[in-house]
Amino acid sequence: MYLRKNIATSEAGFIFNPATGDSFSANPIAAEILHLLKQGNTVAQIKESLLATYEVEPLRLDRDWDDFFNQLKEANLLES
Amino acid sequence: MNTPDKLLTIAVTGLNAIDSPGPGIAVIRGLREGLNRPVRIIGLSYETLEPGIYIHEVVDKTYQIPYPAAGTTALLNRLQYIHGQENLQLIIPNFDAELPQFIRLAPTLKAMGIASFLPTAAQFAARDKINLFQFGQQHQLLVPRDKIINSVAELQSCEESFGYPLVVKGKFYDAVVTYTLEQAQKAFYKISAKWGLPIIVQEFITGTEINIAVLGDGNGKMISAIPMRKLYITDKGKAWSGITLQDDTLIQLARDFIAATQWKGGCELEIMRTEKNELYIMEINPRFPAWIYLTAAAGQNQPAALARMALGEEQPVYDDYEAGKIFVRYAWDHITDINEFHQISGKGEL
Repeated sequence: MYLRKNIATSEAGFIFNPATGDSFSANPIAAEILHLLKQGNTVAQIKESLLATYEVEPLRLDRDWDDFFNQLKEANLLES
Repeated sequence: MNTPDKLLTIAVTGLNAIDSPGPGIAVIRGLREGLNRPVRIIGLSYETLEPGIYIHEVVDKTYQIPYPAAGTTALLNRLQYIHGQENLQLIIPNFDAELPQFIRLAPTLKAMGIASFLPTAAQFAARDKINLFQFGQQHQLLVPRDKIINSVAELQSCEESFGYPLVVKGKFYDAVVTYTLEQAQKAFYKISAKWGLPIIVQEFITGTEINIAVLGDGNGKMISAIPMRKLYITDKGKAWSGITLQDDTLIQLARDFIAATQWKGGCELEIMRTEKNELYIMEINPRFPAWIYLTAAAGQNQPAALARMALGEEQPVYDDYEAGKIFVRYAWDHITDINEFHQISGKGEL
């Protein structure tokens, strides 16, 4: 599950797909996940980091994670 | 060949920076910024209220020229007069309708010492809407299927071939997307009354519209290509804001187009990218688009590159540009004086 290589993200959570011209706004946690993904962290590592940082149940995290990644997929931001 | 510090006098048309703008002002902006030498811009106008006529920091002096309907001789006579006053080195025409005459006059202008950098008459004709499908087939480029019809009865066969929706297009301008035979008939009558026959009936392609500004050297080499997606359009479908894209398939399509056609000069490819990532060429405009300054902003100044090639100077192929550059067009009430309006109206120059 990787972001397309040319996707640009900013610390403020702005996502830009230069192939389509589409841009999106991510909330702070989504921006943090994108930042960690771009740094090359694995899904397991990112989830571990989120569980350690935020008060969230693993089941809830998994559900939100899937929802977020479905949105990224629909937005054509993930490698196919 | 011109020396870099010598004043360069360039004539440019398309000063109509209105809501459906001509490319002239954007072309001039690119020339002034990209040629690294003093430039004097001579505007060539058709109407007395083309805004560029009055914006003196953009256009140094403007001369009215006759409409294409007046014929090539009338245009040549006027250009000879202007050349006598201004010693033009280069002309960049920017309207589809005037291009055939400028193409025809190019050798004469060259003999007068005025350079231009235009497609050939054959290249100009091949990309015409009426010939576009054949053009695509000839060069293995994806183009929507179409039928050229001269009577409303022929719509039936278009319906059978393509199904609905159908795009009914005029030979010069206008296009209507129709969903029933009645709508197609209505569009046929409306458009043919305005623009005459034939009518082009095209299959409807759904997808994302992308425009590419392309510059060819006339020998099959692409000098520059900048793809842009419109972010905001006017009610006439014109871009009011757009963003540069980075997509190798779009650049390759532009390269294929230039290689296949040996296109000389600037042009705009109107592309539809389908969900399956097919790239259809919907239209080919034979001159720079009004948003051409975005190419300069993104790192490939196409108007300046065209000028250098026209003047016989070296112009390397551009290979990089910035994706995510955005233009936002704006309206500005420029103030002028009645005397200026009188001068351009009465004397035909300002």
